[in-house]
Amino acid sequence: MSMTPRQKARVSQGIQIGVFALAILLVVFLANWPLIIDSFFRFDKIGGMFPAVILTGLKNTLFYTLTSFAFGLVLGLVLALMKTASFAPYRWLATAYIEFFRGIPAILVLLAFGLGMPLAFGTTWPQWVNVTVALGLSSAAYIAETLRAGLQAVPKGQMEAARSLGMPHWRAMVTIVIPQAFKIVLPPLTNEFILLTKDTSLAYILGMMITQYELTSFGRNGITEYGAGMTPLIVAGALYLVVTLPLSFLARWFEKRSAQVSRPQRAKKLTATTTKEA
Amino acid sequence: MTQSVRQAAAAGVRISDLRKSYGDNEVLKGIDLEVSPGEVVCLIGPSGSGKSTLLRCINLLEQPNGGAIEVGGYAVTDPDVDVDQMRTKVGMVFQQFNLFPHLTVLGNCTVAQTKVLKRAKAEAERTALSELEAVGLGHLAHRYPGELSGGQQQRVAIARALAMNPSLMLFDEPTSALDPETVGDVLAIMRKLAQAGMTMVVVTHEMGFAKEVADKVVFMDGGVVVEQGVAAEVIGNPQQARTKDFLRRVLDPNHVVVEED
Repeated sequence: MSMTPRQKARVSQGIQIGVFALAILLVVFLANWPLIIDSFFRFDKIGGMFPAVILTGLKNTLFYTLTSFAFGLVLGLVLALMKTASFAPYRWLATAYIEFFRGIPAILVLLAFGLGMPLAFGTTWPQWVNVTVALGLSSAAYIAETLRAGLQAVPKGQMEAARSLGMPHWRAMVTIVIPQAFKIVLPPLTNEFILLTKDTSLAYILGMMITQYELTSFGRNGITEYGAGMTPLIVAGALYLVVTLPLSFLARWFEKRSAQVSRPQRAKKLTATTTKEA
Repeated sequence: MTQSVRQAAAAGVRISDLRKSYGDNEVLKGIDLEVSPGEVVCLIGPSGSGKSTLLRCINLLEQPNGGAIEVGGYAVTDPDVDVDQMRTKVGMVFQQFNLFPHLTVLGNCTVAQTKVLKRAKAEAERTALSELEAVGLGHLAHRYPGELSGGQQQRVAIARALAMNPSLMLFDEPTSALDPETVGDVLAIMRKLAQAGMTMVVVTHEMGFAKEVADKVVFMDGGVVVEQGVAAEVIGNPQQARTKDFLRRVLDPNHVVVEED
């Protein structure tokens, strides 16, 4: 009894769906639903979280993300330029930095700054500065690698043409190469931003004042406060998605658009033929 | 035809004992070349002969390892020379056009004028438009390079270089990347530029153009100048065996040469 390829494909698809269905059924039947609902979905009890979780929590999450991203972007650009520089010591320094900060968890950098700096230098700058600098230092390493790839993706002839018109190296970089590189790295840079949004949750470890709470701190705090079990964490998670999902769509849109921009002539021809057919 | 030629005095080039190596590979083995102001010189030769490298040394896109270059009495190879200042006087046109894809055609032709020469925006646009008109592309000023054909892009590249009012123009195989039917447009513009008195150094495989337009043709092979002289002489009546062999291959592509080694 031999099967045709089509039958074989159907059988294997059927088996896959069966396994998934079985797994879901097992979870549905074996789980203790009353307890799960009582621990995770008591939305009736957490009215007290609002509006602070949005006005303070979401606001602080966005604030920490934006400041550390801005810091990371500037430092990352400097590192990317160093990494593509012709002066070898610049390249070594940038490589050392990138390998170091990519190799250690962001949470250690955060602890080093939040707890270490006051001890070492007696400084008492505001907590958000610690978060910005620590997460910025850490994300700069990733951003630098992304930007370096973008800079190297700009054809060499662009720099040569700019230099042949009398532009100094820095001017050619600023006016010709970097704008093109940014267009190329917009999608991966958006992903970097999303990662950073989630990494701001690490700030809870510094034990901050309530006005400095970001979403995760609000969630954790809510566990003991409302008697609604883990429901506050669900709220925090949903609010992260409110930020990150639109960004994901934005990244995909950038990606699609840049794919079109790089082949304008073909894109035009395609639309021309489609309209003819239609 | 163009403002630039009227405004800037054509400059000559003097190259002596120019050497360039990449690692152990010596690409230019002591080149001597003189280009008088207003003269058109075509560099011809097989690929790998060093003609593009020679051209790129003139505006220091390649750093020579030895020898001297003077452009308009300006010692280009002097370590203290202001390279960027020198390059504003030396226009360059590339095989791959190298237009800036994120700027419009007009933006391509004004960016260096405003950022380097510090011209006012209105003046820069006026100059750019008159150069674009001269290459027949004034109507495309607000398009992006990606929307143009190869031949149009190369004409924009020429206008971009001329908008800087250079005293010398370098062309690095300007028609090699073009579709055959657009080659003529670009050559016509170069011919007009030559007639207007621009000093031009052109790396090319277009023997017809070289014969008709060039005052002097330089044949290079293996990093040395094998033969140079009046265009009609070098192309019509070459003296050296290597020149003869090269021209036979180029002018008659169907001619099959049996390699002896």
